[in-house]
Amino acid sequence: MRAIEAVREGGLRLQQRIESLFDAVFGAAGNPLRHLGALGFYFVWVTLATGIYLFIVLDTGIEEIHTSIQYYTHEQWWLGGIMRSLHRYAADALVLVMVLHLLRELLYGRYNGFRWYSWISGVPTIWLVYASGIGGYWLVWDQLGLFSALASAEWFDWLPIFSDPATRNFLPGVLNDRFFTLLIFLHIGIPLLLLLSLWVHIQRVSQADVFPARPLALGTLATLLALSLVKPTVSHGKADLSLVPELLHIDWYYLFVHPLMYLTSPAALWALAGAFTLLLLILPLLPHPKPAPIAVVNPPNCNGCRRCFVDCPYGAVAMLPHPDKPGHELARVIPELCASCGICAGACPSSTPFRSVEQLVTGIDMPQQPVGALREEMERKIAALAGPVKIAVFGCECAAAAPGLEGPDTAVLNLMCSGLLPPSFVEYALRGGADGVLVTGCREGSCAYRFGTRWTEERLAGRREPHLRPTVPAERLRLIWADSHELSGLKAELDDFRHSLQSLDADEKRPRAYTPRRIAQHG
Amino acid sequence: MVNKSPTNPVVLAAQAAFYGLFAAIIGYFSTSPDYRHLEADKALIKLSFAYHGEPVGECRERTPEELAKLAPNMRTAKVCPRERSPITVKLDLDGKTLYEGAVQPAGLSKDGASTLYRRFEVPAGEHLVSVKMNDNVRVQGFNLVKEEKMSLKPAQILVVDVRKDQGGIFFE
Repeated sequence: MRAIEAVREGGLRLQQRIESLFDAVFGAAGNPLRHLGALGFYFVWVTLATGIYLFIVLDTGIEEIHTSIQYYTHEQWWLGGIMRSLHRYAADALVLVMVLHLLRELLYGRYNGFRWYSWISGVPTIWLVYASGIGGYWLVWDQLGLFSALASAEWFDWLPIFSDPATRNFLPGVLNDRFFTLLIFLHIGIPLLLLLSLWVHIQRVSQADVFPARPLALGTLATLLALSLVKPTVSHGKADLSLVPELLHIDWYYLFVHPLMYLTSPAALWALAGAFTLLLLILPLLPHPKPAPIAVVNPPNCNGCRRCFVDCPYGAVAMLPHPDKPGHELARVIPELCASCGICAGACPSSTPFRSVEQLVTGIDMPQQPVGALREEMERKIAALAGPVKIAVFGCECAAAAPGLEGPDTAVLNLMCSGLLPPSFVEYALRGGADGVLVTGCREGSCAYRFGTRWTEERLAGRREPHLRPTVPAERLRLIWADSHELSGLKAELDDFRHSLQSLDADEKRPRAYTPRRIAQHG
Repeated sequence: MVNKSPTNPVVLAAQAAFYGLFAAIIGYFSTSPDYRHLEADKALIKLSFAYHGEPVGECRERTPEELAKLAPNMRTAKVCPRERSPITVKLDLDGKTLYEGAVQPAGLSKDGASTLYRRFEVPAGEHLVSVKMNDNVRVQGFNLVKEEKMSLKPAQILVVDVRKDQGGIFFE
């Protein structure tokens, strides 16, 4: 198990480096590697949209089906031909992003705990993608379609489910028009099931990323369009049941299973497919770290503002009628959905450290890192700082290891997720003695809890509640997103921030000092 | 620091390169490398049938006593065993056996059809194809036989089937 874990961690580091490279080119919002799921959805929409047109112009007669496809491929290349190519290439791209999405989530270890549902529901989706795609090749009814249909039939005939072998349907004189009507029915029905499966797949994530950013969507579509013009999809010769198709220009994204079967056997292919499916299904059951304590609602401090409900990335917070205050609501955590990220605590307006209560208890909190304990730790660490420029760093356990930045003039508070940081903590640190505050966390798209980075950025920029007060000078706050392999870059940014703070006058744009009893105590 | 502005020519060139790579990966594996399903000088023989063997026993007339015990609507005089004979089959090519076996009838009562599908890649050219079958356990040896000299072209499929309405074994 240790060897497998080492391989996974090595793979993850490589993955993150590649993602960082793509960030530099596309930006996090447009980085295709950070939005593989959204791209998958997008390619499904493209295949559905083009498929509607292809269905309209398709003639499903046994003699006419190939002819009608040939017509719109060659005679009507400017519309039908392009639609066909887009249909094909978007379907291929779907497989590519699906495999990358699976690999990425595997490397990030996102298959157990509260994520089991999304992982397990993704498994039938893979089968449906292949069933949809392979069925599409049969419809063309060229030599490749015949080869695929026959190979699939031979594969299914290995199962003792047909009284009459399915392969006998492809003997000369057996097929008729009804076969293609059935194929059309399947090629529409299975993709609809795929859509249903995708809908199920994202049920436990709120605000699912199902459409890529506009530049990425347009860039990808333009690429597929250009490919369709440069290398239009064409058919093989018409299917002939009396001849074996010899040389085939096979689509390896979908049809690799057929050569694999002929290289081994139908039984071996079933064993491989079954083992792969089983492996994916049992992954969430394999030993994994004990789940962390979930968020806890403290009713006296919850005013029912709904911010935790809105910000929770997994829909784990529900709002229920308050039992004692008619017309008010109270947050409630749904245990099986809670990711233990603490983003809800960062969203709670009761998390402000400026509250004068001795024991700071917020409306929704994490038992393993309560906001009150965080305030105490911050006060203690800031009071202990020495040097001309004192900096408070709020780090993230999942990102570059911020504790490595700690020093006599630098206090580090490592959070479970950067999203746990209530924005008022930044002002509190500045007014409590820090000259600057550096907030760091995972790059967007890398956040283990989806929205930690985005919500933090929006809260600190004043675009999301609870927001950082505009009186806090921007010069004294820096946000650096750095994944776990980017500690050296984070250190360099900290040094740069320190120099920048040194250039500011001591009182320049500094929030009024706030010397509560608590900091004085630690001092 | 690289200027990540979308109008930066370096960023645009890098984006174009990645989109180009994406197109190349999609476009190449969409049709390449070629797959040769059958060697150029080979043909294919498919031995395939879905055939009901003969009942394993003789039909007989029920006695009046037996008929009387049955419900009025079930009183058919002739009764036959449900179980069908397995199909014993032997396929030879130029005197060399390609397949030999007994195919059991389907169903819990073994009253369904015996089905078989096998494919054999053979060199193209002239061959003596010999198929022998037995569909009746009460008959010794092969009661269905077909032997014919066939000229198989490269990539040609020869289907060996058996159907009662076709007079037994036939090549297609």
